[in-house]
Parts: sequence; C-alpha cells; structure tokens
Amino acid sequence: MSANSRNSARVVLESSDISRALTRIAHEILENNKGSKDLVLLGIPSRGVPLAKRIAQKISEFEKVVIPVGSLDITMYRDDLRLRPPRALAPTEIPEGGIDHKVVILVDDVLFSGRTIRAALDALNVIGRPSMVQVAVLIDRGHRELPIKADYVGKNIPTSLIETVQVTLADFDDASENVTLFGGEG
Amino acid sequence: MKKHLVSANDLTKDDAVLVLDTAKELAAISDGLVKKLPTLRGRTVVNLFFEDSTRTRISFEAASKRLSADVINFSAKGSSVSKGESLKDTAQTLQSMGADAVVIRHGSSGAPHLLATRNWINAVVINAGDGTHEHPTQALLDAYTIRKHLRNNTGDLSGLRVAIVGDILHSRVARSNAILLKTLGATPIMVAPPTLLPVGIKDWSGEYSYNLDEVLPEVDAVMMLRVQQERMNDAYFPTAREYARNFGLNIRRQKTMQKHALVLHPGPMNRGMEITAEVADSANSVVIEQVANGVSVRMAVLYLLLGGTNNETGDKN
Repeated sequence: MSANSRNSARVVLESSDISRALTRIAHEILENNKGSKDLVLLGIPSRGVPLAKRIAQKISEFEKVVIPVGSLDITMYRDDLRLRPPRALAPTEIPEGGIDHKVVILVDDVLFSGRTIRAALDALNVIGRPSMVQVAVLIDRGHRELPIKADYVGKNIPTSLIETVQVTLADFDDASENVTLFGGEG
Repeated sequence: MKKHLVSANDLTKDDAVLVLDTAKELAAISDGLVKKLPTLRGRTVVNLFFEDSTRTRISFEAASKRLSADVINFSAKGSSVSKGESLKDTAQTLQSMGADAVVIRHGSSGAPHLLATRNWINAVVINAGDGTHEHPTQALLDAYTIRKHLRNNTGDLSGLRVAIVGDILHSRVARSNAILLKTLGATPIMVAPPTLLPVGIKDWSGEYSYNLDEVLPEVDAVMMLRVQQERMNDAYFPTAREYARNFGLNIRRQKTMQKHALVLHPGPMNRGMEITAEVADSANSVVIEQVANGVSVRMAVLYLLLGGTNNETGDKN
C-alpha cells in the first residue's frame, strides 16, 4: 500500500489484536476443514508469507502436527503488469508433497480489488490441482473488482478509495506491529 | 533500468543485481514444473540475426517462449538483406509488423546502438553481440554463474578476481565482462599475448597481464575465450600450438588454481586450443551450466525491459 498522504493516521489493529485475529482464523480453518488433514498454507509475498507461517504455527500448536507452509509469488500473473514499471520477483516455495489433492489456503495481508487472488489462482493452476482453494486475509477493506471473497477474515475495515491500509509486522518490517489506516483528506 | 540493453554500461550496479535476482527466481520456476509463464503474452520479440549463432539465438528464443511472447526469427541469409536492404529499411519493416523487442546480432560494431538511438523503431533493443564491441547478456550470464557458485546467489561480486584469457582484442564477450564485473565490484584481469590486447587496454577498468601462469593461482574464476579463427587473418601469434602452450588452459595449469576457482567459456570451445578436454569436463568447469543460466538471465532481461510500461524507471517494491 502506498502511503502518499499520511495526514490522518489511525491505528485499527494493535499487535495483540493481530495475534487474536490470527488465532481465530487458525481455529476457523480447522473447524471448516474438520481438522488439519491435507492442509497447505501458501503466503503471497511479501506480508502474506510471515502471516501464513504464524497461522501454521498456531495450527501446529492446537493439533500437534506440522502444517506445510510455502510462498507463492504472483508477479508474473498480474493483470496490471503493463500499467506499471516491472516489479522485482519474490521467491515461490512450494512445500514438499506439492499441492495436488490438497486444500490450499492462500494467505495475504489485505484483500482489496481481488486481483491479487485472481493472479494467485492462475499461478496455482500451473503448479498443480488442489482439491480446494480457500482464502485467508488479515484485513478485508472492500472495493472488490472481481467476484472473489475471503473465507477467513481477521477484520473487516470499511474504507474509502482514497484511504490506504498499511500492515506492519514486527518480524518482517522491523517496526512496531499494527494495522494503520491512512486517510486521504484527513 | 534504461529502455534498451546495448552495452553493459547501460546497467548500474542496482540494475545488474536486479537482473541477477530476477534470473534467480525465474531459474527456480523453470527448474520446477512450470516451464511457461503468461507474462509477455501478446508481445512480439524479433530475433534479428545478421551473424551466425546457435546458442545465443536459441537461448533468446527459449527465454521468449517461456514468457509466452511470440517469436519471429530473422536471419540475414535468405532475407531481403542479401538483396541489399539497409538496416534502416529492415528496422522499419519490423516496426510496421509490430515488434515490441528486437534482439539484434550484427557483424558491425554499433549496429544495435544505431537501432536504439535513431528513432527508426519504438521497440526495445537488446544487443546479442555486435562486431567486436559488446555482448551484454553473455556478461550477465557469466556474472550469474560466478555469483551462484562463489557468492551464494545473492548480492554483488565484490572482492572477486576474474581472469579473462585469450583474444581480448576481438572479443565482445571480454569487453562486456570487463565492464560488468567492474560494475559488480569484481576485478577483471585481461590475459593475452600483447598482439591480442587492444591498444587502449591501459584505459580499461581492471588489470592486464601477458603471463597466464602468474595470474592463475590468485584468481577466483578464469574465463577462456575462443580463438576466433575467422578473425585470425593477421599473424597475431606464430602457430596455434605455441598459443596453446602459452595461453591454453590444461590440467597442469588448472592444478595451480585455487580449489574453488571456476572455469568458464562462452562457447563454442576449441578443445585442444584454448582449453583441453580434461579441463573442459572437469568438476570446476561450469561451461554447460552457463548455457542453462543463459536462458534464465535472458528471461530476466526480457521481463524487466518488456514486462512493464516502457518507462525508464524501476520499481523496487
């Protein structure tokens, strides 16, 4: 999220809120899928990756099993590539065992237009054929441009289009952890 | 990044590292199940080859196809060029056919530069070797190969010493490598008989030597250049055997090198001339790997030059 105007910044989630939201998402994933069998978590770079790892960590604690976690870079599948300068690529790491016949849970920080998830579905398509794909996001800020919805949402935050949502994670950004809403006109 | 890639000088250190990092991620993809990405779908890449080439042309073709670009191969033989068509007219023909990128190899130094600067075409120009001038994607793949083995595939090449041995005078590979290695923080050392070093060698960035045996023990990699028979009309050295004895890399010389030191060759090799078969097939030789890395590096260049808008900007995010 670009932060072009920061004249009004409002913290909407503190570190402890984020942790509680992720705990709830972990429980919901287990409840929905009747356990942890065949689960694979794939984070979408950049902040989806540490979030996926945290959720997997929590599921492991609850169920005493190791959940495969990986990352899925969607840059090459974006539909807005030609509208911007080329972006640097991030690693794609598919856990051993692949994603065929698995329940893949895509994890991202903010769900906005839905175009990232669409690109992720394309990227998954060439890697394998999961039995099911679900989406988990920390923040759903609305304004969908595609028929896509999240299965697990940390928090719904109604926003206007001129606002930006910024997620900072302690282990990733090396800064104090929170979710901040930057207003357009204050 | 600049719009075109004509010379290794077009790349800043950040640009060069970005190309290598992008190539690393693309290599990981092509090693896996995915051999094709949709990124350049609908874009047209023209391979404009006025000179013979196997690996560079096939490498660019493979790279373009893996990114889903449409590839048009053009070789001067059998085209209107043999009827006397000028470079300008050929370029404008390509322009009107809607080429988004032109990969050009030409026997005359400076042909890609003309194409890039004369407003004959809007397409991105990528130099695939021009005369005795430059061959920047070869330098990038050499840098990638060295970085992968000696720098854990990350960052730059600072502190490394790389000998480039052979026909420096006519070698576009040597010229591009000298520039790029310097950009990435390494020290290139040109090694050749005095007749095969260019007059201005003192002004090149880096060092030079006439004695291969003195240089070998202290370098981290050695790049053997092909003795270009087709350019050997003048007497640059007395006999091929004498050249091989003084500047050929044999197993005795290789044993004086450090354990980690790599042997590179841009190909095609003259086994027994500048490199013996034993060395070419030894464990430290990365010649075959260079070819595979060439595809990843060229994919990275095509993606970075063609993947976004055609602005001379780069977004690190």
